[in-house]
This record gives sequence, C-alpha cells and structure tokens, in this order.
Amino acid sequence: MSEWLAAARAVGIETASRHANEVDAGARFPVESFAALKARKLLGIMVPTSEGGAGAGIADVVSICHALGQYCASTAMIYAMHQIQVSCVVRHGGASDWHRKFMQRLAAEQLLLASATSEAGVGGDVRSSICAVEESGGRFALAKQATVISYGANSDGILVTARRTPASPASDQVIVVVPRDDSVLEQESEWDTLGMRGTCSNGYHLKASGEMAQVIPTPYADVSAQTMLPTSHLVWSALWSGIATDAVARARAYVRAEARRKGGTPAGAWRLAEAASLLQLMKSNVVAALRQYEAALGSEDRLSSLAFAVAMNNLKTGSSQMAVQVINHALLICGLAGYRNDTPFSLGRHLRDVHSAALMVNNDRILASTGNLLMALREDPELLP
Amino acid sequence: MSSALQARVRAVFRAAEFLPADVDGLANDADLYAAGLNSHATVNLMLALEEAFDVELPDRLLRRRTFSSINAIAEALVEIGVKEDAA
Repeated sequence: MSEWLAAARAVGIETASRHANEVDAGARFPVESFAALKARKLLGIMVPTSEGGAGAGIADVVSICHALGQYCASTAMIYAMHQIQVSCVVRHGGASDWHRKFMQRLAAEQLLLASATSEAGVGGDVRSSICAVEESGGRFALAKQATVISYGANSDGILVTARRTPASPASDQVIVVVPRDDSVLEQESEWDTLGMRGTCSNGYHLKASGEMAQVIPTPYADVSAQTMLPTSHLVWSALWSGIATDAVARARAYVRAEARRKGGTPAGAWRLAEAASLLQLMKSNVVAALRQYEAALGSEDRLSSLAFAVAMNNLKTGSSQMAVQVINHALLICGLAGYRNDTPFSLGRHLRDVHSAALMVNNDRILASTGNLLMALREDPELLP
Repeated sequence: MSSALQARVRAVFRAAEFLPADVDGLANDADLYAAGLNSHATVNLMLALEEAFDVELPDRLLRRRTFSSINAIAEALVEIGVKEDAA
C-alpha cells in the first residue's frame, strides 16, 4: 500500500466514516473529511514534483477513490471530481506559465477544485456551450448559467467550459481555470436529492473575470477526450466499486454472524458468492481500463481514438449498473437488518448513493454516443491488448 | 495535393449537415472543429466518406486529427489508396 493510500484509509476510518451519516442526513459538505485530506496533503498529490507536488499518478488517485468510497460516498465523489479537474490542469497546462504557477498553489495550499461544465439550455450536452469567453485587452469576462456546480461554495477554484469566442459555434469550447477570488456565485437551486447528498451540487449563476492566460491552451474537445472523460470514468467507477466493496463487507459480516450463531452454511452464503463474483468483475473492469489508460498516456492519437472512447464509456455504463446489482444482493443477504437505518448492516445510504451512478452523465446519453461510435469501429478480434 | 480530391470531399460535406457553417466558406486547411464539427457528426462524416469513396477507414485513422480539415481528410484518403485526381 502506498503512503498516500494508507493516509486516505486513515482519513476514511478516522473521519469520513464517522461523519458519513450526518453528511447524508444534513445534505452538507463533508468539512471534516476535507480538512483531514488537506492536512494529509492528499489534494495536490498529482501535481508534478517540478511544481512542488508529489507526482502521483492516476493509479494512486483511482486507489484512493476506491478506498474513500468504502467510508463516505460523498467524500469520495468530491475527491474524485477534484482530481478530474487537477488532471486537466496538470496534463494540459504544463506549457503555460499561469497554469504552472497555479499547480504550485494547488500543491502548497491544497486547493479544492470544482467544475462548471453543465449549463442551462444545452440539453445536458457538456460538449456544447452557450456562454462564451469575452476578451478585452488581455482580460476575459464570462457569465454562465451553471445548472450544477458540485461543492462550488466550498471550492477554492472552478474550471469552467465556454465557447472560445462569442462568435464560435457551440462545440468549439475552451476550459478556463477560475480561482474563487475571480468569481461570483449566485446560488439558484438547492441540492436535495436521493443520494450523494454531501456533494452539495447546487445550481449557480457564475460570473468570472481574469487574465486570458487562465484559458487552458488545449481545445476543450481534446482535454475532454484525452483527460477529462477517461479520468472521470476511472475515478467514478473506482469509487462506485468502493461503495459496493463496503456493501459486500457488510453482507459478509452478516452471513458470518449467522453461521456463528446457527452453525452450518447460512442461506445467504450462495448469494454472497454471487455478489463477490460481481464485485470482482467490477474491480477487474476498473483495473483493465486503468491499464489501458496508462498505456495510452503520452500518445494523443491513442487517447483521442474512437476505440479508446468506447472502452472508457463501457467502463462507466458497466460499473454504474453492476454497483446497483451488487448492493441489491447485499440487501437481500442482510434482509431487514440491511433495510433498517440503525444497524451495522444498514445499506440504505449505499443504495441511494450508488443510484446516482447511472445518472451523473446519464447512461442513456453515453450509450447513444457509444452506439454512434460503434458504427465507425470494427470488432477487435483479440483477447489481449 | 490535387484540389480535385478536396473538391470531392467538399461534395460530401455539401450533401449533409455535418457543420453548422457553409463548407464553401472554409479553406482547405481550416480547422473543422473550430467550424463546429462535433464528435457525433464526425462518425456520420466518416460513414459518408466511406460510402462516397467506396473505402473503409482502418481503426488507426479513426482519430480526431484525421477529420481536422479538408486537407487532412484528403491525406487520409490518399493514404488508404484513393487516387488524388480521380474524378
């Protein structure tokens, strides 16, 4: 276990799990978890050592998301979303002085980054923008009707997508790094949801201004295909596997307690085997996609190939569905003890949290996009990459 | 590279709505993504090119760069054996 993973586990056990129920009940930001993650310097680990960071890789972050998912799904999701933003800055900002200085701040101050990609009026298509970067004398101004900015109010900076210029088509987007001091957020909607309640994904009207140098030089289409999309699907799938892992751990504990009490193999044991098999599939899927991403890193062509996009989409749609199945098995194993909210086997929060998986970027939208890509691709006849 | 091939590529654009902009207003080296080509339209464009030129684009050419301009598309077609000046 890496030092970072051990530190994340400690945050999970000592802090996140203790506050998970309150965070969920109150739909409040997990302040305690993030104070602990900041104190252990886990927010800036992906910043390269040349900019004062720890130079951690995607595998480290994926393992941490999986670990945090076992204790508090909201904490894990916020951590995952933050690292998606960090990876965009790290992978695409290296050639820009402004972004290198910002990376140094990420490492030194352990800034928490949020994202404003969704916008009212684009029908949920994050690859289209209405708002635009308006330049004047090396400065920009930007106003966005952001339907969701998860933990926006608790963040230290926001990455905002917008059209490159007011004359650009909707799909010609850039992504701008906006430190919180450069932005004004007016809250327009509340986040009172079934699960993932601690992410505080309120809607805001965002106004930002700053230097043109804050715009990431790579077109957002490339940032999205090469970094944001694969990183998102990896870290999300990892944390959903984490939620499922804890559900299976609870089911296992339940079956073991039954066996101890009554002797023999309890009725739930075969279903536990079914759940464990599905969980293994989920984890294998994450690890295989992680290795595929690591192998493609450094090759723009491989990262922007259609086959790679299909593989990452499949990871997301597959993991999000399997996570619900695993938790359903766990619930049947634990029975009413799992259904109640006050036992060591309670699974209500797991189930509510994991139902967000198919919706955060709706699986139907992803499947439609994958279906479109599949028309262009031929089946890979090989087993090994 | 011959402009006959680019003209045939332009004809493929004219036959469908891959771009919000008029293809005749774009130079051969103009960035099609900046002109509004999105990923969904790219797949349909690729299928239309395969139909129009009676070719199959191999997976290695199915990447963003292949469709980034009319010139890039023409180069990819030449690479898989389409004659530059065949009418």
